[in-house]
Amino acid sequence: MIALNSENRAAIAARHPEIFRPSWRRRSMIVTGLGAAVGVFVFGIVQLDIPLNRLSDGIFMLGGFLRLMLPPDPGSWALALTCLHALGETLSIAFLGTLGGALLAFPASLLAARNVVANRIIHFLARRSLDTVRGVDTLIWALIWVGVVGLGPFAGILALVCSDFGTFGKLFSEAIEAADKKPVEGIQAAGGNHLHGVRFGLLPQVIPILLSQVLYYFESNTRSATIIGIVGAGGIGLQLAEQIRVLEWQKVSFLILLILVAVSAIDWMSSRLRFAIIGRRAIA
Amino acid sequence: MRAAIPELPQARLRELTDHYASAVAEKRRQLWLGSALLVGAVLAAGWMGDVDPWKFSENFWRFPAYFANMVPKFSFTSAWADLSEWFWGLPRWTRLLGDTLLIAYVGTLSGAIGGFVLCFLASANLVRSRTIVFLTRRALEFCRTVPEIVFALIFVLAFGLGPLPGVLALAIHTMGALGKQFAEVVENIDSKPIEGVAASGGSWLQIVRFGAVPQVLSNFASYALLRFEYNVRGAAVMGFVGAGGIGQDLIEAVRKFYFTDVSAILLLIVATIMIIDFITERVRHHLIGLQGAGT
Repeated sequence: MIALNSENRAAIAARHPEIFRPSWRRRSMIVTGLGAAVGVFVFGIVQLDIPLNRLSDGIFMLGGFLRLMLPPDPGSWALALTCLHALGETLSIAFLGTLGGALLAFPASLLAARNVVANRIIHFLARRSLDTVRGVDTLIWALIWVGVVGLGPFAGILALVCSDFGTFGKLFSEAIEAADKKPVEGIQAAGGNHLHGVRFGLLPQVIPILLSQVLYYFESNTRSATIIGIVGAGGIGLQLAEQIRVLEWQKVSFLILLILVAVSAIDWMSSRLRFAIIGRRAIA
Repeated sequence: MRAAIPELPQARLRELTDHYASAVAEKRRQLWLGSALLVGAVLAAGWMGDVDPWKFSENFWRFPAYFANMVPKFSFTSAWADLSEWFWGLPRWTRLLGDTLLIAYVGTLSGAIGGFVLCFLASANLVRSRTIVFLTRRALEFCRTVPEIVFALIFVLAFGLGPLPGVLALAIHTMGALGKQFAEVVENIDSKPIEGVAASGGSWLQIVRFGAVPQVLSNFASYALLRFEYNVRGAAVMGFVGAGGIGQDLIEAVRKFYFTDVSAILLLIVATIMIIDFITERVRHHLIGLQGAGT
């Protein structure tokens, strides 16, 4: 047995040249890839006309804002109450939006799942329309719904319902397609029709997965619900945008703190519930 | 001769049926309790969120009407002229869409580099000090939880209008999100290469470079691509707060009720997002395949 040290390294390299030879093909691929990535980056900075000299000034100003933000302070009790009310609105928007989106998406996802509806055209149409709904951002939906039901949290709820409809439709249909088909075959072999197969073979498998996805999205929707106020659809975003515009930095940091606490509370709660649901499935 | 069917004694049978009944009753009670809680939460949230079914039914016609308004005047006799009138701003919008993609790209790449550097500091299997891990994690969590558009609102004041605040806001949010996902990947890697490099006297940087990075690169690239997809959507609305890209034109068209412009811009955005989704999904499947072949 030879120990690898600097003396016999040359001998070993001479005996196994293929291991020590640099792979030029691999190396050139890496260099080209990195070069392309950096090239597009530089092109982006030039094309977007990003004033790099403003970077230092901006960071200096940000530092100033940060100093003004501390300590977080709502200013008055009345404003603190308004903020809490706005937070309540945000949570209701997230909750009802997620729930409504999930309820609407469920039938659509059955249509979009290949193992439920075998018709290719229906499947294709359902998939593409879900993609289209998903491609439109929550903020854009909020703009549209503000035009329909007016300013306020109700428009926010409807906007989240729309964007979640697209997201859940896709996620649900993927979960349904990934389900085991043996239970369905079993039910059909025992004389059940197609609907029986879906109801008793498919749904019991996927419901816990769907519920856990819904709970997971509840948290991310709380985050979306904090910002749709920026376009006038209610919630804490309206307060936040206003306080930023009038440069009340202490109030801004108070609002951001409030958002952080609310999001982590929801995160904690939904992950607890998710484990409860998945755990129950593991036991059953 | 009839086969003897073994029968349970009556007492045992009753015990079993009672047990079954109580189990079912327990489950049913839980279901009722859950439903009652859900209904209560829905009512409370509805009250809080100003849900007004009457207003909804009264004004719902405006929703399809909005989309009907967005459909441009179109006839087959003058299809080309109608189409070019509908997409009258195509050169400008394509340029803005290109800007949006570049904002997403530059933001994602800068954020991914930041996340790459920080994720090793946030991994408990590479860093001994609990304090460093804790502090890095909290910093990443902060960057992730504050929505990017809030960062953009603040950055617009500091850096002025234009794509720069949008890029920075996306970069910071991406750093938080990717830093967390990267750290989760790093914590799940095989510890043997790390121990090997450490045992042969490698420094911390060498441990990371030769022990950890080769194991995680393809996973990192896949997550970064997913984030790019997400950031294209984010960049499309950055213009709402004046942070560059196509959002500025979109919100102007919405506010001024230029319905056909809204539909033209929306169609362009949705088409771009679908193409990007398609390409990144292909590349990600390729990367996942590579990872499967590598291990």
